[in-house]
Amino acid sequence: MTDPHAPLRRTPLTGVHERLGATLTGFAGWLMPLRYGSETAEHNAVRTAAGLFDLSHMGEIMVTGPAAAAALDYALVGQPSALAPGRARYTMICAPDGGILDDLIVYRLADGEFLVVANAANTDVVVKALTDRAGAGAQVADRTDEYALIALQGPNAAPILTPLTDADLAAVKYYASYPAAVAGHPVLLARTGYTGEDGFELFTRPEDAEPIWAALTEAGAGQGLVPAGLAARDTLRLEAGMPLYGNELGPGLTPFDAGLGRVVKLDKPGDFVGRAALEERARETPQRELVGLVARSRRVPRHGYDVLWDQTACGTVTSGAPSPTLGRPIAMAYVEPGVALEARQAGSDGGGPGRLAVDIRGSAEPADLVPLPFYRRTPKS
Amino acid sequence: MTVPGELHYTREHEWVAVEGSTATVGITDHAQQALGDVVYVSAPAPGSKVTAGEPCGEVESTKSVSDIFAPVDGEVLEANAELGENPGVVNSDPYGAGWLFKVNLPGADGELPPGLITAAEYEELIASEE
Repeated sequence: MTDPHAPLRRTPLTGVHERLGATLTGFAGWLMPLRYGSETAEHNAVRTAAGLFDLSHMGEIMVTGPAAAAALDYALVGQPSALAPGRARYTMICAPDGGILDDLIVYRLADGEFLVVANAANTDVVVKALTDRAGAGAQVADRTDEYALIALQGPNAAPILTPLTDADLAAVKYYASYPAAVAGHPVLLARTGYTGEDGFELFTRPEDAEPIWAALTEAGAGQGLVPAGLAARDTLRLEAGMPLYGNELGPGLTPFDAGLGRVVKLDKPGDFVGRAALEERARETPQRELVGLVARSRRVPRHGYDVLWDQTACGTVTSGAPSPTLGRPIAMAYVEPGVALEARQAGSDGGGPGRLAVDIRGSAEPADLVPLPFYRRTPKS
Repeated sequence: MTVPGELHYTREHEWVAVEGSTATVGITDHAQQALGDVVYVSAPAPGSKVTAGEPCGEVESTKSVSDIFAPVDGEVLEANAELGENPGVVNSDPYGAGWLFKVNLPGADGELPPGLITAAEYEELIASEE
């Protein structure tokens, strides 16, 4: 857990954010940029051009050794041993009861070398769980302080990065990573992100973060690149239907609850932590379903608000925000599966005026059930 | 961040401009910066009565929703219709086009209602909050 009284940790780029006049906020024990100017403008820039994010608060955990792959197959719900070196996967780490401890991206860097990227708030929990679960022949080390993480996201990300790197970006697939040079500095260059756009994440040495940030800023100046903060990151991921730990994911929920049962590799060989509970959950009728809601009014459904069906509570909003792309408030919510089915069958009007609604501070505001994600980029041909 | 000297303020970050028997109310530059992009404003309806210190509406931004506290007692004369279409003017022009509502102050005649603070006091308040 994060000590609420400890001083906030600075990233290698905090000084840059301060010079840019960012509004800084405490997030999972770190001092992070919430926004630099208008978060809506930052959001739109990522959708239409490009945005630059400091994600150095994310946890970098190295798992190495001849038994590293086997250790991760046992510790996580996915099967990292099946990854080719240079590839990455979205996965989760669960408790023995199937509850989600964190969602992760695992990069296989070499046969016996994996980089596990954890949420800032959960890094300590993940390091401890991985250490407890690793047997002989696998070492787990928290390397968060040895990395800065810069994300360049948006349709112009590749054109901006191309002149700065020796990597052949056209050959870097989605969810792949390569050691590369950017502006003359060594990085691990990954084609990953949390915005619903094409983009890259650069794992750099702390001392290289500022010069790389500066080089990207300069290269992006004519291409609509802006620095973007956590506020924009949250609305971008919400539009893209991506879950956030603490909202859609948590210890009382399994990957199946979140509609992410596909990340649980029940067919992988051997036992793994949570297997028995998750096998049972896979067979059961789900108790809840994660759905997308679009509000009809301009009032915003927010985390924790009740979802109503015929004036009766049937679920809870997990994340909600005004959507800059849709121009309407959107939300993700857990609802009773029967309600989701009925609302879906009732059609696009949500079953007539106001059967489906969100209790927004005492007022039932009608909403419509929509498929997730809210936004999907049009891939370039 | 600006705090115009001719206005009066509340400790809840509203400003008040009193002209004759009409008080115009808005939120301060400090408040709009802290909120972020304003996406929805619910101001009290014309004809309704507001009571100083009581919530009478709300301002929603991307990340949060905040109550608007009535700075004075009185009857609402007008709400800013422009905010329905373009709530962002609360960010771009908080002391001008981004005003929220006007209240009738019978008998005020330019006199300052009690409980409000001066620009200098408000500047001290926001400095102490940082």
